Amino acid sequence: MKEENARAYWAANVRLILSYLVVWFVVSYGCGILLADALNNIQFFGFKLGFWFAQQGSIYVFLALIVMYARSMNKLDRKFDVHEE
Amino acid sequence: MDVQLLTYLFVGGSFALYIGIAIWSRAGSTKEFYVAGGGVSPLANGAATAADWMSAASFISMAGIIAFSGYDASVYLMGWTGGYVLLAMLLAPYLRKFGKFTVPDFIGDRYYSNVARTVAVICVIFVSFTYVAGQMRGVGIVFARFLEVDVNVGVIIGMAIVFFYAVLGGMKGITYTQVAQYCVLIFAFLVPAVFLSIMMTGHVLPQTGFGATVLDAAGNDTGVYLLDRLDQIVQDLGFGAYTDGSKSTIDVFFITAALMCGTAGLPHVIVRFFTVPTVRDARISAGWALFFIALLYTTAPAVGAFARTNLIETVNNTEYQELPGWFYNWENSGLIGWLDKNNDGRVQMAAGDPFKGAPAFAGSREEATGGVGQRVITNAPTDNASEIYVDRDIMVLANPEIGNLPAWVIALVAAGGVAAALSTAAGLLLVISSAVSHDLLKKTLKPDISEKQELLAARLAAVVAIIIAGYFGINPPGFVAQVVAFAFGLAAASFFPVILMGIFYKRMNKEGAIAGMAVGLAFTFCYIVYFKFVSPELNTADNWLFGVSPEGIGTVGMVLNFIVALVVSRVTAPPPEHIQHIVEDIRVPRGAGAAQAH
Repeated sequence: MKEENARAYWAANVRLILSYLVVWFVVSYGCGILLADALNNIQFFGFKLGFWFAQQGSIYVFLALIVMYARSMNKLDRKFDVHEE
Repeated sequence: MDVQLLTYLFVGGSFALYIGIAIWSRAGSTKEFYVAGGGVSPLANGAATAADWMSAASFISMAGIIAFSGYDASVYLMGWTGGYVLLAMLLAPYLRKFGKFTVPDFIGDRYYSNVARTVAVICVIFVSFTYVAGQMRGVGIVFARFLEVDVNVGVIIGMAIVFFYAVLGGMKGITYTQVAQYCVLIFAFLVPAVFLSIMMTGHVLPQTGFGATVLDAAGNDTGVYLLDRLDQIVQDLGFGAYTDGSKSTIDVFFITAALMCGTAGLPHVIVRFFTVPTVRDARISAGWALFFIALLYTTAPAVGAFARTNLIETVNNTEYQELPGWFYNWENSGLIGWLDKNNDGRVQMAAGDPFKGAPAFAGSREEATGGVGQRVITNAPTDNASEIYVDRDIMVLANPEIGNLPAWVIALVAAGGVAAALSTAAGLLLVISSAVSHDLLKKTLKPDISEKQELLAARLAAVVAIIIAGYFGINPPGFVAQVVAFAFGLAAASFFPVILMGIFYKRMNKEGAIAGMAVGLAFTFCYIVYFKFVSPELNTADNWLFGVSPEGIGTVGMVLNFIVALVVSRVTAPPPEHIQHIVEDIRVPRGAGAAQAH
């Protein structure tokens, strides 16, 4: 039972990581690099959108991702009863 | 008070603060020396990581690099921040749970092999020395520019300060001085940036001013967006548009990936996450680190755009004698050089270098004066219309003067530059000393030494590392700028895949890990050496593998590492039972406190 619990916890963690890394990839490599030229046709305040993602937006998203992951993991730790203390 | 006196006061005051902290936080045990006793709060560790991470180059040069390369510089902005996402999700929490002192510790234990440990130690030392030589030079240069002392004297003063708190306080001393250094450097970076933003766009936040409309000299809104204006004026001068890149998309992609994975694999960054009390703290501490880093990294591109616009509008086609005072000051220190190719007494900007290399002057301004009072340049001119050389570092160093800010802001920038260089140097030196005293001496050569002896060895190793770093600072190898690609490429091709598979793939064994590291390292090393040192003349996109430059090749090395490791591990015996238990254990947070006791 204990081993099964640990395995389920790990599987849930890996799923969480993969879904966050998809977002991580899409904003930086997607919007900031591969699609930058296409997005540059869209005006976002005084920025071309692709340029904004590359020099500003991706960094904000990275920060949000880490904070959301830390919060989700705190919940997951409790749910599977593997939290500290 | 004049600038000189204020600068001495600010820099001297910050030094007194660092030394005070060092005395207050002396390390008494190896655990305190290597990981600050494992009791650093996630917030403090975040600030310390940010200071550790942001070097003199981030502080002084990055905004200038962005200003001169526009969109192309995005690789640094995304690459040096995106790595923290990988760190927070893929590495830091599990390494914290593992609870040892160093990166080679993990690699040696997880792969039950002293060969793997020794390869890791060599990589750590190579990567860290590559990095630290540049930092020591940075300390010297900051001193030379602001305090008018010799560069070498500056290096020696820097060595003495780092010596004091790194040797005395170890990780504990370094952590708390880094927190103080972060405060100094971020304040010093933001104050001129905010003033510049207000001056040019009326926005207090540089991040929004970056996307706002420009004000004219009288402070009236022109209705033209800053970036549109900048695109227009650089294209008028014959450059490519600021918001468009000149690098190929594939190269941008690979460089960004190499910088991200390299960041996540750099030992001096990883080791900072060994200092927090719990796994939960390690996760959120990466968030704090990125928050503190992002304050500078989202401001720098705005500063770059402001400074480039301002530079062109102020200088281009202006009569030399009408230029503002800062132009003459920086011409005096050799960071600006003007060659009046068409003898019209006006400064013309255009795409291309005005002459080859940095300006060589015929003498001081008094000794050799050109037609309108400029310093005489002896470089042979190129055949384009460009007349002016501007060192990229000016974009940050001259901002206070360009914005007409009071003298204390200039002094603050000096203290900030010194703080950025010292904090990074100290973090790297600690990693080198612990690799020698802990991984090489205690774990490999002489396992029976007592803790007291190990602590002494750690301090001695730190002393030796400082002396070697200082030597490189005074006699910089000509290739320092070139080898930065090394540090990231090698970290991406070696540590990142090996640690990642050690956590996420239980079946990975020592044969796979060693073979993967060896192939990834050898490939990356040879590619960079070939294009940077053996045949630099071939270093063009046509000759690159898949069009990937040496800066981005670490990504290919990393992919090779993964492939080789997976194949080799499939055809060799699985790791022993107890190793599989270690992997199961580090995946679960509970019990992190227990793991740190040795």
